[in-house]
Amino acid sequence: MVMAGESQFHVLAVDDSIIDRKIIQTLLKTLSYQVTTVDSGAKALEFLGLHQDDTTNPNTPSPPNNHQEVEVNLVITDYCMPGMTGYDLLKKIKESSLRNMPVVIMSSENVPSRITRCLEEGAEEFFLKPVRLSDLSKLRPLMLKTKLKDQNQKQEEKAAFQSPKLQQVEQKQQPSNDDKGKAIDEGLSPEKKN
Amino acid sequence: MAIAALKTQRRNLVQSMFDEGVLDNQFNQLQDLQDSSNPNFVEEVISLFCNDAERIITELNRYLNDQNVEFSKLDSYVHQLKGSSSSIGAYRLKLACVNLRQASEERNMEECAGAFNSIRREYYVVRSKLQVLIQLERHIVNLENQQ
Repeated sequence: MVMAGESQFHVLAVDDSIIDRKIIQTLLKTLSYQVTTVDSGAKALEFLGLHQDDTTNPNTPSPPNNHQEVEVNLVITDYCMPGMTGYDLLKKIKESSLRNMPVVIMSSENVPSRITRCLEEGAEEFFLKPVRLSDLSKLRPLMLKTKLKDQNQKQEEKAAFQSPKLQQVEQKQQPSNDDKGKAIDEGLSPEKKN
Repeated sequence: MAIAALKTQRRNLVQSMFDEGVLDNQFNQLQDLQDSSNPNFVEEVISLFCNDAERIITELNRYLNDQNVEFSKLDSYVHQLKGSSSSIGAYRLKLACVNLRQASEERNMEECAGAFNSIRREYYVVRSKLQVLIQLERHIVNLENQQ
């Protein structure tokens, strides 16, 4: 299946080191990705169209016209940065309307507890610096998988957003139709989990 | 032929830097990224690195000469320099940074001073060799363009 624009994935790279930004940008361009680099977590959030208060309501569905101006398919961030660390950034993204965004962490230090923490918080991958081309070739399947999942989710949310009353009525009368494969098990339970 | 001789010189220089541990394999990775779409990549990275390293070395010198050394600030700067050294493949410089971090953690001023001198020394070694490399590179490109 070949879609127009499939090869142009857009990666947002976050690193406070100018040298590392230069290198990661070149590595990613070599892999034919569109790249944007920023030097802080705050700027990354800004670029993603997220504000501090977006992170407090995980149940907010993305409206059809996302306030994010440019589509980003993956965020790759350094861990150790002044101000907002890569871990903080990861957390904010995962608590926002962009929670499906794949986030990858890079670190110059091999600290197992750090790695575990990041993976538990939802990071897809953890790369040790200096990052290599072979590491970054792991990004494509992550972005592909998320793009497909996101398309499905957006279609569902669009339906919910446009006719919430209809959806409530349906949920009381029928098993819930979410795509997590639990439809059969939930049966006709009148309780709605929020 | 002049180009061949220059290329041999370049190859020998890079090899000697690897042999002496001045550079490690990361530098190879960077050279491999240089191509027609990134024709000056290595030189650009080296330039960014040198500017950054000199800025940090100046700061380190300042903090080390303070009456009351702010070790956390020191550590932050050494961490940055260690990162850049690692990214460019400046192996011995990276090791010197590790030593300074260690000395700083132990609050051992004498060791810090010694480690800082090593950093300065290793930086100047790698910088001067990389500058020769850049000159050779430019010379080769000029001759190749004339053909």
